Parts: sequence; C-alpha cells; structure tokens
Amino acid sequence: MPDLKINFAGIKAPNPFWLASAPPTNSGYQIMKAFDLGWGGAVWKTLGVPVINVSSRYGSVNYRDSRMIGFNNIELITDRPLKDNLREIEEVKKYFPDHAVIASLMVESKSEWHQIVKDVENAGVDGIELNFGCPHGMCERGMGSAVGQEPDILKLIVSWVKEVAKTPVIVKLTPNITDITEPGIAARQGGGDAISLINTIQSIVGIDIDNFVPYPIVDGKSTNGGYCGPAVKPIALNMVKNCSQESGIGIPISGIGGIENWRDAVEFILLGASSVQVCTAVMHYGFGIIREIIPGFESYMKEKNFKTVNDMVGKAIPNVMNWENLNLNYKIVAEINKDKCIGCQLCYIACEDGAHQAIGLSENGTRVPFIIDENCVGCNLCSLVCPVENCISMIRTDDGKSSETWKDRTNSGNIPVSFDDPLAGGLHHFVPDPLSALKKL
Amino acid sequence: MPEYKKPKSKEEFEKNFTQIKPLMNETQAYYESSRCLFCYDAPCVSACPTRIDIPLFIRQISTGNVTGAAKTIYDSNYLGNACGKVCPTEVLCEGACVYNLQEVKPIEIGRLQNFATSNSIRREIKYFEPGISCDKKVAVIGAGPAGISCACELRRSGIEVDIFEAKDKPSGLALYGVAPYKITNEEALEEVNYLQDQLGFKIIYNTYISSKEEFQKLEKDYDAVFLGIGLGKTNPVNIKGENLKNCFGAVEFISELRINHHKTETGNVVIVLGGGNTAMDAASESAKLGASKVILAYRRGRNEMGAYNFEFEIAKRSGVEGLFNVSPVEITGTDKVNGVKFIRTQTNNGKLEMLEGTEFTVECDMVIKATGQLKQSEVMTNITGLETDFNGRIKVNEKTYQTTNPKYFSAGDVISGGQEVVNAVAEAKAAAAGIIGFLS
Repeated sequence: MPDLKINFAGIKAPNPFWLASAPPTNSGYQIMKAFDLGWGGAVWKTLGVPVINVSSRYGSVNYRDSRMIGFNNIELITDRPLKDNLREIEEVKKYFPDHAVIASLMVESKSEWHQIVKDVENAGVDGIELNFGCPHGMCERGMGSAVGQEPDILKLIVSWVKEVAKTPVIVKLTPNITDITEPGIAARQGGGDAISLINTIQSIVGIDIDNFVPYPIVDGKSTNGGYCGPAVKPIALNMVKNCSQESGIGIPISGIGGIENWRDAVEFILLGASSVQVCTAVMHYGFGIIREIIPGFESYMKEKNFKTVNDMVGKAIPNVMNWENLNLNYKIVAEINKDKCIGCQLCYIACEDGAHQAIGLSENGTRVPFIIDENCVGCNLCSLVCPVENCISMIRTDDGKSSETWKDRTNSGNIPVSFDDPLAGGLHHFVPDPLSALKKL
Repeated sequence: MPEYKKPKSKEEFEKNFTQIKPLMNETQAYYESSRCLFCYDAPCVSACPTRIDIPLFIRQISTGNVTGAAKTIYDSNYLGNACGKVCPTEVLCEGACVYNLQEVKPIEIGRLQNFATSNSIRREIKYFEPGISCDKKVAVIGAGPAGISCACELRRSGIEVDIFEAKDKPSGLALYGVAPYKITNEEALEEVNYLQDQLGFKIIYNTYISSKEEFQKLEKDYDAVFLGIGLGKTNPVNIKGENLKNCFGAVEFISELRINHHKTETGNVVIVLGGGNTAMDAASESAKLGASKVILAYRRGRNEMGAYNFEFEIAKRSGVEGLFNVSPVEITGTDKVNGVKFIRTQTNNGKLEMLEGTEFTVECDMVIKATGQLKQSEVMTNITGLETDFNGRIKVNEKTYQTTNPKYFSAGDVISGGQEVVNAVAEAKAAAAGIIGFLS
C-alpha cells in the first residue's frame, strides 16, 4: 500500500490533501467534519483583525451546462473574533493531533505579526501561512496581494514572522504579478520554510447586462474579485512549475488552483508541489470529494510504483523546457478512426477555418472526413475538438532518429533571419487561393 | 401491461393522454441545449424537410436568446411549434443526430423547438409582417398545415389571402388527425392564431368548396388558387359487415376523439385493422380511452408494417396486442359488430397468400379500419384541366408546385398521398414561391 503520509517543510500530515484557507475552513466545526471524512490538513481561514463582509460575495463562470468552472469572491479574511478561532483551533488539535492545522495570518504591523504568531502557536497550530495573496479588499488596506506584489516588503514581513515563529512558515503568493519567482525568491530570502500558490487572480466574472453591473452585485455596485476554480488550474500549474525550476527558491511548494480530483492533485505534485490545497471544489461539492481523491491517488501511486508522495514530486519537471529545446524534426499527423467517427465534421471546420485546411470532406456520401496528410502540421486541433473518445489520434511520421532543436539550428546558423528568408517553416505549406474562399459563401 | 381506466372527465382524459413530448422547463432546455455539438453541415438539418437551422437555434437557446431561437425556427417553418410536437423526430432530425452513432442519446430537438416557439407564442413575440399590398388575391382551400404555410408565405409578399376551410377550426390534420398525446387542441389552434395575428390572412370556416361552380367563381375572384385539401375518408375494406354499427374508419374515429375527448365512444374489445402509423394511433387511443383489450390486426408480419417502429412501441406501451399475418374476411354481427372473422396469411416472394381453411373469429365490440384514406376525387374532377397520377394524386411541377391547370397550385397530402405535417409545410412554402413567381 502506498504511503500517503507527508512531511511538508516540517509539517506532518496523514496525506497531502489539505483545505485551503477560505470559507470551508472558517470554523472548527467545518475542519473537524473535513478531517473526519479524510482530509489530511487545513489552512484556517485567514486570521487578523476581524472584518465586516458584504452580501453578496461570490460570482461564477458557467460553461454550457457546467457550473462554476470559474469562481470569484469578494469576501475578506475572517470576520470572527480571534479568541473564538483560537479556542476552536485548540479543540480541533485535541481531536486530530496528527492532522495538519495551519493558521493563515494577515495583519499589518510588526507587533501585530509577533502577537498573532505567538497566539496561534499557543493554540497548537502545526504551521503558519502568510496571506500575501488576497487580491481584493484587503490589498486596498496595504495587506494581502499588496504585499505579495512587493518582494522587498514581503521579505521584510517574512523575516518579522520568523523572528518569533517556532513552527514552519509558508508564504502564500499572489499570481497577480509578472514573474511569480520574484516573490518566491523573496520568501526564501526572508527565511520562509515553504511557499504556497496560487492565491486568486484578480477578476470580473461577468456583467449583469441588463443593469450594467459586474457580478457579484452589492446594492447595484461591484468590485473586482479573486478568481479560482477549475479554470485557473493551467495558470497555477505553470506558476508552480516556474517556482519548482527556480533554484533561488528551493523550498517546498504547496500547490493550489482548481484542484478537484485525484488527477489534478497528481498533476500539481508532478510539477513539484509536495502538498495540495483545495477550496472551490469543496465549496461546490462539499468535503465528500475526498472519497474520490484518496483512492484515485492511491491507485495511481500503485500503478506507477510510487511508495511515497515524495517519490512523485517534480517527476514532470525534467520534461518542461524552453521552446528552443523542442525537437523540430518530430512530426505527427492526424488519423481518424472511421469506425468511431460520428460525422459531426467539427474537425473539418476547425481545421478549415481555424488551422491549416488539412481535412477534406468526402463526396461519396460518407460523413467521415479525411486527413490531407501533406497539409497536416500535426497541431492536435482536430483531436481536441473531436467529441468521440479516442477517435482522432496523432500518428508519428518522422523516423524518430534525428533530433534538431531551434537552439541547434541557431548554433549552426540554419534559421530564418530575414522577412522573406527561404528557411521560413511555412514556405511550402499548402495555402488555398484567397478568392477560393468566396465560393463557400 | 399498463391499463387505462375509461376517462370520465377532462382531467382523467388529460391524464390518460398525457403528452409524450411535454414542454421542457428552463432547466431541461439549458442542459439539453448544452449537449448539442454544433455539427458542421449538420445531418439534422438535412433530415428536416423544412431545413430548420437546428444547431443554430439550439445554440441560441443555450446562450439565453430564446426568442432568437424561435425566429430561426419560424424563418424556415411557419408551423414550428406544431412540427416540434407532431413530427416523427425519431426518424427525422433526432434520428439523424450524430450522437446516435456512438449510442449516446440524441438531442431532443423536437422538445427544444417547442421550448423556443412556445415561449414566443405565449409572449406574442412577432417575427413577421405582411408585405406591401400588391393587389393580388389568392384563394387557399384548406386551413391545414399546407394551407396555413402557403398563406403565411404569400402574405409576406403582400398578397391577399382568403382560406376556405370546410370545418369550423383550422389546423387540419394537426388538429383532427394527430394523436392527442402528441399535441393538444389548444396548442394547434394557438399557433394558427399567432400566425394570423402577425400576417392577417382570412379564414372562412364551414365552407366546403367542391362544385364546378364554386371553383369557377374562385377562378374569377382570385388570381390563383392553392389546393391544400389533404385526403378524404377512410378507404373501405370491401368486406361483409363493414357497415355494421361500431365499425369506424380510423380518420373519423381520431377526428371525433380530438373534438369530443373523453366523450368519444369506445368498445370494450377493439380490433384495429391496419399496420400504418394511423393504425398505431387508433390502437393506442382506444387503449387510452379505456378499452380492456385492443388488438392490432395486420395482414403481414410485424416487420412489414408501414408504421414507424417507435409508433408501434407507443402502442405496445399503451397495452395494444399485435395479431399478425391475418386478413379480415368478414366483420360479424347482426346489427352491431360482435367480431372479426380472419383468415391466416403468409407472404410468398412478397406476395400475400391466404391460407385456406384457417379462418377464425375474434370477438370484439368495435372495429376501427385504419386502411388508408380515399382521395378527394369528387373535388378534383370539378377543376378544369387538373390532372392526377395513377394513384389519384394531383400532379404538380416539382419546383413550383403548379398543377396542370396553371391557375392552381397544390401541396401536402393531396399531392403526396399522405405524409407528415412537416412535409406539407415545406412543400406549401415552396408552392407559395411558385405562386408569387406566377403572379409577377
């Protein structure tokens, strides 16, 4: 049986699946319930000077019949008194001594930081997460992402915390920045023991087009929120990858951003995260999703023969490189499985209008399109739009022996350098005569 | 086997005849419209005789532009609501849905179509207005699907239209001939009202045009005449006992059912003769009217029936039993039907053979003959120069729908011998274009 236990920068947990600091970790009640169902850790909803929240607070992006593929909130940090939270932290730790309870914190002055760190550690937390990510409301008051966007200030505050902290300190980063590694490096330099990312992305999820107000609406007005949910996963994965590859960081990463199933968790871990945090999926489906995450994750580990979570961490990192290192000689073309094809012709129109006019329609009555191999550039588009599972495959056509990268060709002076350079990659690609388009009108 | 109690009230009737394609609610439409793939050159469109841009209207529903969706539908098909309900979508658009090829449930196109069009009808959203008057007048005979479709198209070109209808309500077969679990009377009538409000064609009810003199007058008063007269009474089977009490034609039975609902008489044991879609309807309807036993008797084997498979499935679900390879020899009884004497048959090289000495009688107290419909030949012979084909169907030019008398155009069952509502709608719209061409 694979071992799910982790030691994340000194924080021990029965598994790497934690609840992110957010509404699901607002109270001891919720966290107890989550631990009871199998979650391995929880980052308490950010503590600080309690706030006053607005109503409404959330907005959603729906895609066709899928609800909340993107989610945005304008809720602030905890609105409950610190002492109530501390009492509940103690209680949770009493019942779940082996689970990770991490306090997310956000205050302003050095003295406040010192005080609150001591308070939560006295209550028994296993670690501290510094909320330098919140991109709405709190940043207007000089906290949250306002700190995360200024590496020097971030570093300073981390060092304040480290002056008193006895438990590991995780620095939560905001993605609302050009280069995520800058605050990552600052976190390390300030003495941080780990980083977590991503926090939410500044967003407007949509507009009430009848009343000209963005969502969520507060008495006819709105403000930008923080975006999360499945839609942000690709952005989060890339930022986790960037931090994993940055040698100036070199501390554990807790991955956050659109995780809702075992597969998502695996992906973050393969790019270098050694714990993951979940929020939106729980806000959508409840804590019960852990029942799908754990067995799915375990069977993947078994199948791949990973004994511990650590064995998996960063496994995909060696395969992520700069574009210039990709093999230009690798060639694939699409192949349509005639028996599976249902004749929707979405591949045809996608290639025809959106790519390289490399798919044709038969005139013999069949609705199964055909690939024009010589026009196909192997872009994948057809296989991506195809609604049938495993119907369009991409088949390798080069001999698999030679590899030549842009870097290689640059070194050997074999790259196009002028506007009409004969080395242009698309020089001999088929392109239809522009006027022939008009016949199709 | 489901059993229906004889409905004694409007409520009980509606319960027995509950709609098989009920109106979708917003949530159903939201999920169903989301499933559409928006195929290129979509097969559902090619399968629709009126060529509605189905992927487009479904996409419009899914983006919350439901009135736009209805416009897309009505642009192609004036009876978009009725067709959504009464079309055999299983063999047309939905049968062509590419999902079928991976055994994924096809999109419920008919119900989505009704979701959009019902919304517009209910909210009285107007899409059409009459064209500028061009001082031309056309008489349309028959306010069925063909007549209404033709009238709408003509009005948009500014042509005056008077529709002469023999009955006291419009819609033709969509009202009098379709099973009540496919469309309600209200739905059929509301759509015609909705179109009439927008386009202002006149309907003159209770006016059966059939004599030479009447046609001559129309020819004088109007610039062209459109014949959308459909078919006539049920074909006789020409066997003994056919005129006994409680032996009905399916067309007459269904028409009475549509008007009298639960007050329609039905037998305790009903034998339906025939294997077409009308036979299936009549059999299902008898069961839903509370007959304790309904037998569908057909001359050939089950798989040789002309009815769509899904129609036979509906009949079976209603409790109808099939009796195959039997031919009626006599309807027995003295004054009133008390049984049908059959002879067993077999098919030999496609030819039907009676098996001598196999006669047997099945007792019943009602017989419904669903043996096709007669042509309205007495009407047609009163129009000078109007030619019909070997099957008694009016001959028309396949593009303009002009008959052999240049002043007459025709579409629908009277030229096809009996097809779907949607075919009549499509042909009649094309015929209207033919008339417009002829008048200009």
